[in-house]
Amino acid sequence: MKVTLKIWRQKDGNAQGSFGTYQMDDVSGDMSFFEMLDLLNESLVMKNEEPVAFDHDCREGICGTCGVVINGRAHGPLRGVTTCQLHMRSYKDGDTIVIEPWRATAFPLIKDLIVDRRAFDNIMSAGGYVSINAGGAQDANATPIPKANADEAMDAASCIGCGACVASCKNSSAMLFLSAKVSQLALLPQGKVERKERALNMIAAMDEENFGGCTNTGACEVECPKEISLVHIARLNREYLRASLA
Amino acid sequence: MTLNSKIPEGPLSEKWTKHKFDLKLVNPANKRKYTVIVVGTGLAGASAASSLAEMGYNVKAFSYHESPRRAHSIAAQGGINAAKNYPNDGDSIFRLFYDTIKGGDYRSREANVYRLAEVSNNIIDQCVAQGVPFAREYGGLLDNRSFGGAQVSRTFYARGQTGQQLLLGAYSSLVRQMNTGKVKFHPRHDMLDIVKVDGHAKGIITRNLINGKVEAHAADAVILATGGYGNVFFLSTNAMACNATAAWRAHKKGAFFANPSFTQIHPTCIPVSSDHQSKLTLMSESLRNDGRIWVPKKAGDDRKAKDIPEDERDYYLERLYPSFGNLVPRDVASRRAKEMCDKGFGVGATKLAVYLDFEDVIERNGKQWVVEKYGNLFDMYKQITGEDPYTVPMRIYPAVHYTMGGVWVDYNLETTVDGLFVLGEANFSDHGANRLGASALMQGLADGYYVIPYTIGNYLASQAGGSVSVDDPAFKDALDETNNFINKLMSVKGDRTIDDIHKELGKIMWENVGMARNEAGLKKAIDLIPKLKDEFWSNVRIPGKANAMNTELEKAARLADFLELGELMARDALHREESCGGHFREEHQTEENEALRNDNDFTFVSAWAYQDGAQEPVLHKEDLIFENVKLTSRSYK
Repeated sequence: MKVTLKIWRQKDGNAQGSFGTYQMDDVSGDMSFFEMLDLLNESLVMKNEEPVAFDHDCREGICGTCGVVINGRAHGPLRGVTTCQLHMRSYKDGDTIVIEPWRATAFPLIKDLIVDRRAFDNIMSAGGYVSINAGGAQDANATPIPKANADEAMDAASCIGCGACVASCKNSSAMLFLSAKVSQLALLPQGKVERKERALNMIAAMDEENFGGCTNTGACEVECPKEISLVHIARLNREYLRASLA
Repeated sequence: MTLNSKIPEGPLSEKWTKHKFDLKLVNPANKRKYTVIVVGTGLAGASAASSLAEMGYNVKAFSYHESPRRAHSIAAQGGINAAKNYPNDGDSIFRLFYDTIKGGDYRSREANVYRLAEVSNNIIDQCVAQGVPFAREYGGLLDNRSFGGAQVSRTFYARGQTGQQLLLGAYSSLVRQMNTGKVKFHPRHDMLDIVKVDGHAKGIITRNLINGKVEAHAADAVILATGGYGNVFFLSTNAMACNATAAWRAHKKGAFFANPSFTQIHPTCIPVSSDHQSKLTLMSESLRNDGRIWVPKKAGDDRKAKDIPEDERDYYLERLYPSFGNLVPRDVASRRAKEMCDKGFGVGATKLAVYLDFEDVIERNGKQWVVEKYGNLFDMYKQITGEDPYTVPMRIYPAVHYTMGGVWVDYNLETTVDGLFVLGEANFSDHGANRLGASALMQGLADGYYVIPYTIGNYLASQAGGSVSVDDPAFKDALDETNNFINKLMSVKGDRTIDDIHKELGKIMWENVGMARNEAGLKKAIDLIPKLKDEFWSNVRIPGKANAMNTELEKAARLADFLELGELMARDALHREESCGGHFREEHQTEENEALRNDNDFTFVSAWAYQDGAQEPVLHKEDLIFENVKLTSRSYK
């Protein structure tokens, strides 16, 4: 099939960016979206042009490295699918595909479609852990955990930290990302010891990193490739309230 | 030189305990005087970096990713082994040790493997304490499943995302130490060289991938935890950026490279669909617990799977190996799949695939049961192939997955370069000629949480902390060398893209140094690869500039190393006149087409020393001594 690509090109964070238009004449439906971009880049290199820079790595939907806005939607048209798992069979001959980077103040642009998401590490660094050192843990079965809690914690822990929630949010809020970690640890006995500090410090870090606040529009949940539920934001709010009142 | 593996004296089960006592310690107040560089922040690197920082050392951590959470450890699906024996089914440290030695086809060190089995239980304890949400039973205790090469259920898992959850656990420990300032993390940095001062590894040279700046970093010791080299084949289950550069540059600076030909081909991957394929995707081995592998009994049978009646299907693994069935080790399952396809029994459009069928288990336990256990894998399969595995059997084919070979290390995980340690997949130490499923996560975390924190102290205790800085002339020389390397790459300005050359290398490797090898093919590879290397250095095209973000330059630097490593892999495979584990030489097989080892002549580790210029590498042998297991022919019948 033939498709027309409109791709955001920007040399670096300080340069002026604009859309570049590229015609692709030989795209097969079995190609992944990134294999289609690989093909474009090969042809650009052969024309002595700079290939399109985009972040990607595992191409299995788990590392969270990739993510672009495709025709206005983070990770493209499918629910619960990362950009790397999107295949060209989702498009038809003659389609125009507009590809943009995540846009958020907290994610400064590095080049073309690559943004800097280090702000996520800084939020995690503020409390997304249990403070134990290697070596002193009790037997793994010493504390039984109800299966339902373990399963729900796992649902939350599935977050891949890609940033689609931020890119989809009109406020560029990182609440879904943050809530996934707070919720996971709040559901498990291991995380309960530090629950107050965790909720307060991670929220403070989110504000400091210039993410916006949450106004419960739910756009994040819709675009999350791992379908992390808004329920976790509700739990985060309870955790935050509990910590603030005590 | 003679290789000294530094395996402690004494009975197997007491070696590690005794060794820990014999190792020198650095007192708590002095630890802050030492700085350790950790390159790579996957399972092994992140667990090492956080553990060392917890103890009080200063750590400089480096990754080419933007965040430690992106490392490819995250993609491990199935699980992590431990000898907890929670299911009460006869497991023990000795059995995990025995299964791992046997699974590795008796080409690994007894002492290392026993230590691995010994600390496996601590890993599970540590991960649960971090909040890793392992699968549980209704009573609240941890659930286990079984994996290839074992007849007990000892694999702990978190749905099909165990690697993700373990990495995020190690990452959480790491970011905690980043918060205290004990770990300084350098994202988007490629390591391009090791710096040696008076023969000891005292620093590294990196390229900042955002602005292209080449920089030097000094420390008291250097740890590499940079993963495996499966991408030498171009197509593999590794992530796109996985590379051998750190390990290879260390090799060129004096670290021996061990068993480079020991490559694991994973039996259950989604088959190649076209020339545009950029990577291959694994379907977890855990699926072999419940899926049944089959091909039609009639060669070239074009009917749809559901139209082929039960008695016209050949469940060949169950037929050939009644006691292990679909759960034979990876090397055996892969070779049999290739054999079936070579004989014309393959399925799908390319005929390079076999079925992995879940019809029986769905009938037995219901679809919901399968969704809970394997949901994300099934979704991934559907996304990639466009077929629904709940109704149509999966098509699978073997693909390059893991490299057992790697930088040679002694019992302390130290290389032949003093002060240079290598952990995780990047070293060679624990898996012999074939790694068992769910053992990679175990090894990465064992090295990082429970081995290196002890053994590095022994080295550091002999060094004055903070005695080397980047002002040492060795750093200037190394910077010059790296800058020259980059300038040389940029100045080629040829006509072929990096991927184009890489694909050609991959084809040479897959055809001649892949699942089955023979003398003629290996000699052909040894002839072709240097020619391709010349082609690369005279005809590669890298657009853009070196002093800015340049993704093609990153790839080119990695390919330059793959082109050298690929040749060494072929040489190693040619030299090893036997079949063992993942290394299958067609000349050496039994009448039943099983691998035929030659224990008299090849019970050793091949450790290769790099020679400058065009000289051939020199082989050193570390004899493997087995005192606790009897070398037998592996049988999974």
